[in-house]
Amino acid sequence: MSNYLDGNAAAGALSELFAVDLTAAIAQCNGCGHTTVFAESRVYVDAPGTVARCAGCDTVLLRVVTTPNDTYLDLRGLTYLRVPNS
Amino acid sequence: MSWQVATVADVRQETETARTIVLDVPDWPGHLAGQHLDVRLTAEDGYRASRSYSIASAWANSHSSTIELTVEQVPGGEVSPYLVEVLKVGDPLEIRGPVGGWFVWKPEQEGPVQLIGGGSGVVPLRAMLRAHAVAGTTPVRLLYSVRRPESVIYVSDLKELAASDAVDVRLVYTREAPAGEPRVGRIDADLIEQYALKPEDGATTYVCGPTPFVETVANLLVAAGHDPARVRTERFGPTGGPR
Repeated sequence: MSNYLDGNAAAGALSELFAVDLTAAIAQCNGCGHTTVFAESRVYVDAPGTVARCAGCDTVLLRVVTTPNDTYLDLRGLTYLRVPNS
Repeated sequence: MSWQVATVADVRQETETARTIVLDVPDWPGHLAGQHLDVRLTAEDGYRASRSYSIASAWANSHSSTIELTVEQVPGGEVSPYLVEVLKVGDPLEIRGPVGGWFVWKPEQEGPVQLIGGGSGVVPLRAMLRAHAVAGTTPVRLLYSVRRPESVIYVSDLKELAASDAVDVRLVYTREAPAGEPRVGRIDADLIEQYALKPEDGATTYVCGPTPFVETVANLLVAAGHDPARVRTERFGPTGGPR
């Protein structure tokens, strides 16, 4: 599947869940250890939700799915997110 | 951050398929050049679709509540045909933003700026050019790839900016060039060598366009010796995405 956007496309969905901008955060992939700014990940918005995959190994880093009542956030593919202290 | 309702203050046709929507957003907190916002449409049956669009305007000042989006119509798209063909002055539009903190240019940023856009990928770059015109002192170059002369978004605006000493604008035509322009073709290594700032210039490069365009250009830049950490990218695909 080559129809992906980048981490910037997930900025809005993530802004509902986090107080800081995550697209500029440094993210480490739990699959291959690839460490880069989250904006460089591959984001798919065709799914019923938003899925971000590692640009290095395609591991699912993060998923956000919003239903009428709740939002599901799955962060299993991330070892860590590093954000600067403000 | 939650959704809020903006009002369409004006619309401007930019090309056959792209138009600029001027939005009045009460209590707009301001934005950085390169940020975007999400637009959400809700159908009568409750079905919702949202897409992210780059903000085309620089933020003028703390009293301003006006922002601009430029939307290119995606054939078969869920959101863009409505924004380009149906939405009219006075209509409400649900938005969320500004969002995104990576693909941004800040006036205090050091070093020259290289902007490379493909098609409607010029939209966030235009916001950067506008912000730079107000507050920037470093050199800026824009390399803008379009299919044909009629596809150029912001023609008069770019001409005006190009007239300033600080900005260098180079158009690249991939299908059909205007009279007097012999080159027709995509951005390649030679063109990067000839028109882009060099790695030793210490430039930060912003590349925005369709995913294959961005991948190609980013690879060319890295192959030419540019530090990948100074090449910032924003991709969009046929489903919508930042533009």
